[in-house]
Amino acid sequence: MEIGLNHYLVLSTILFAIGLVGVMRRKNLLMLFFATEILLNSVNISFAAISHFYGDLTGQMFAFFVIAIAASEVAVGLGLLVVWHKKHNNIDLDTMSSMRG
Amino acid sequence: MFEAIAFYLFAFLTISMFWITVTTSQALYALTALAAGMIFISAFFFILGADFLGAIQIVVYSGAVMALYSFGMMFFDTTREVKEKQGNKAIILGLSTLSVILVVAIFAAPIVGDNITALYPVIEGAGNTQQVGLVLFTKYLVPFEVAAVMLLVAMIAGIVLAGKKMDLSLTLMNEQEIKSMKKNQDKKVLS
Amino acid sequence: MELYLYTALFSPLVGSLFAALFAANPKIKIAGIIPSFMLIVSFSSAAVLLNHVLSTDEIVHVELMTWMQTGNLYIPFGFVVDQVSVTMMMVVTLVSTIVHIYAIGYMDHDKAFNRFFAWLSAFVFSMMILVMSDNFAGLFIGWEGVGLCSWGLIGFWYHKESATWAANEAFIMNRIADLGMLIGIFLIYWNTGTLQYDGAFSAMAHLDHSTLTWIGIFLFIGAMGKSAQFPLHTWLADAMEGPTPVSALIHAATMVTAGVYLVIRSNELYSMIPNVGLFIASLGTFVAVFAATMALVNRDIKRVIAYSTLSQLGYMFAAAGLGAYWVALFHLMAHAFFKALLFLGGGNVMHAMHDELDPFKMGALGKTMKGTMVMMTLASVALAGIFPLAGFFSKDLILEVAFVDHHFVIYTVLLLTAGLTAFYSFRIIALIFHGEDRHTALGFHPHEAYKFMLWAMAPLLVLAIIAGFTFEEPFFEMVTHLLPDTEYHIHSHLTYWIMTIGTQSFVIISIIYAYKKYMVRDIKVPDGTSDMENSFKYKLLINQYYIPYFYEEYLVKPYKELSTIFWEKVDMKIVDASVDGIANIFYSTGEKTRNMQSGNLSTMLKWMVAGTVILLSLAVVFGLAARHSDSIMSILSGLGV
Repeated sequence: MEIGLNHYLVLSTILFAIGLVGVMRRKNLLMLFFATEILLNSVNISFAAISHFYGDLTGQMFAFFVIAIAASEVAVGLGLLVVWHKKHNNIDLDTMSSMRG
Repeated sequence: MFEAIAFYLFAFLTISMFWITVTTSQALYALTALAAGMIFISAFFFILGADFLGAIQIVVYSGAVMALYSFGMMFFDTTREVKEKQGNKAIILGLSTLSVILVVAIFAAPIVGDNITALYPVIEGAGNTQQVGLVLFTKYLVPFEVAAVMLLVAMIAGIVLAGKKMDLSLTLMNEQEIKSMKKNQDKKVLS
Repeated sequence: MELYLYTALFSPLVGSLFAALFAANPKIKIAGIIPSFMLIVSFSSAAVLLNHVLSTDEIVHVELMTWMQTGNLYIPFGFVVDQVSVTMMMVVTLVSTIVHIYAIGYMDHDKAFNRFFAWLSAFVFSMMILVMSDNFAGLFIGWEGVGLCSWGLIGFWYHKESATWAANEAFIMNRIADLGMLIGIFLIYWNTGTLQYDGAFSAMAHLDHSTLTWIGIFLFIGAMGKSAQFPLHTWLADAMEGPTPVSALIHAATMVTAGVYLVIRSNELYSMIPNVGLFIASLGTFVAVFAATMALVNRDIKRVIAYSTLSQLGYMFAAAGLGAYWVALFHLMAHAFFKALLFLGGGNVMHAMHDELDPFKMGALGKTMKGTMVMMTLASVALAGIFPLAGFFSKDLILEVAFVDHHFVIYTVLLLTAGLTAFYSFRIIALIFHGEDRHTALGFHPHEAYKFMLWAMAPLLVLAIIAGFTFEEPFFEMVTHLLPDTEYHIHSHLTYWIMTIGTQSFVIISIIYAYKKYMVRDIKVPDGTSDMENSFKYKLLINQYYIPYFYEEYLVKPYKELSTIFWEKVDMKIVDASVDGIANIFYSTGEKTRNMQSGNLSTMLKWMVAGTVILLSLAVVFGLAARHSDSIMSILSGLGV
């Protein structure tokens, strides 16, 4: 059976939904970062798929930059995580609610 | 046909890996599943003919990013289970399903599909890497440089955040100051 | 000439504002003298204008400034001095000046002396606007102004509950009538496009009959309120709660005649709709006899004089309704003089008897109050219509008008009323000034009023005597430049002499009967036990045919109940509740959505996803709408949107 653009887009959407489940569900900050990675990757798949099916390289370019940004985000995010853990010895989201409205 | 088999196989694998990442209570399992998922995603890139992108995915994501996460995991007791107070499962699943349906509806709409035009069409004959190079270093040069600066900034930020005693510089102090510093350190350790 | 017009118009305003400066202060004599002086100035200017109009037959017409100019509507502040308005101006300024000077003495011991003159001069100013205006809108301004000032003056002693009630009654009844007048004015504008007198009346010649009838009816409804015709008459008797100078000025000479002035001014309209005119005349006749019967038994001298005013207003409307506009105006003028004189004399009596109003408690006051007695007697003679005083010329003319136009029912009723008028006027005179002294026993020590007050009343006396035979000819000459100049001559001389002599003898017999009945020696103060007092006829008359009772029970009380229901059930429970409810909705929504900012990242991430879902669904909806926009437009236009 012919694999068309729609298949990839549906796949990407399913992966994005899994990422959303993870974002909403996880209370541990590190696990939250994992879910964020899933989100970014699903988007990359859709960019690459569209780029392939329309013969346009813009999608791949975008995917590159997404990867670059994801990498730097992980670096900074983990640094912050480590500092917080040193201070509070706990990275549960439910304890981190000092910025309430 | 091969393409179809490959697609479905890798799709199944990716989805299951990511599902494990999201739902398991063991931190190490989550990490491992994430790494596996990254590799399988690079398979998709290869199927789609984006060779350069696939290679980058393996090197950067499953190599560097996963290494970072592993270092991060070292701080925590990984044998212990991650205890989480669960929120309302229904809301979570409901919202996710809704968003899936809506996004699929949007993408499936012909109005979206009919209006896409190619801005940078592929040049026949050249390999993917060459094409990427051509576009990256002509049209996307400025974003490329800016991304480089951003990575530099991220690196410095990481160092500053995780480093200790960064106000002192051993190379700029003379012998006597280093000795007195060490004495003070020992005093602190022994007392 | 314009200068004189502005002086005549604005001097009372200056006087009023001057007195208003001291309105909250204790009595200061200058606050009475300056307004009176300004009125003398106004009277002199009016006299100059009268001379001008008489000698040159020119009309003075000015436009002060534009009031409204929107679209096709153009209403200026315009003033005109023509034959009719100069007559009214003279009457108003003369009586007002005299009343002002009189009031300086009458209100001598009153604490709110300054406020009185402020209101009184303001009233005169409004009345001047009313009579001098050259369009219906200016007339309406003056109309409302006199209504307001009459409210302030009737309720002048506002600490008395009865006074405030009477003031409100007067104002509200006038307001009800003003609704009719406004509808009439709207109809005039809608059908003719202008509110100026000359423009509107010339355009009315081309309107169809039913429109003219409606305009005439509605304008007359307004006149009914102001001139206290049945059924809006109850306020006039109750308005006697105000000080006597107020009654003399407002309820004898000026405000109540505004309705007659309106009909006279609109004579071109009413000439075209004689049916409405006949209705007006019949109603006027009815009111004349109706009021006269109520005055027969009343025990309050001011009320009796008020009923006689009501009765004479009926006469004026009868004349105007039958088309004899100049006769109505003439009677208006003459009536102003002797009625004001009667009220002022009554004020002297009241002041002497320390505000006692029951004539049965007086008696033989002629010994101590000679001047007042002479004036009041002569005024009553004029009112009764005895030759050669003023009333004869005006009232008998009205009787002639009715006779000549073959309205014999009207004639008979008016003749009967003339007899009743003579009777009740002289009943009061006899009870107060003649007979035996009943007041000393009750502890009263009356004295005559201040000399200057009597001197102020003297011009009115002179005019009441001479106004008939000296003024009729020149008046007719002047006024008929504007009004239709039908002369009413009875064809056969014999009939004329029989009529006149018959009327005079009827009146004189009534007067003699009144004297005989009430000058006897032993009249007791009625105290509710005599047979006559308990008879049905007496009770009917003294309770004013139970009409005020009817209004109170069947109109005022249900309306008050309705008001209470609307206040409690509708306003408080529905309107207030909904306004408060809206505020509460906002408040509670804020309280509940405050939880969105919990500071817990996990919760906020869930909210973020929810928001994303909402945005996606909006995108789907709008995308579908954009795709199928043609069919949506066709559906909507099919529904008529």
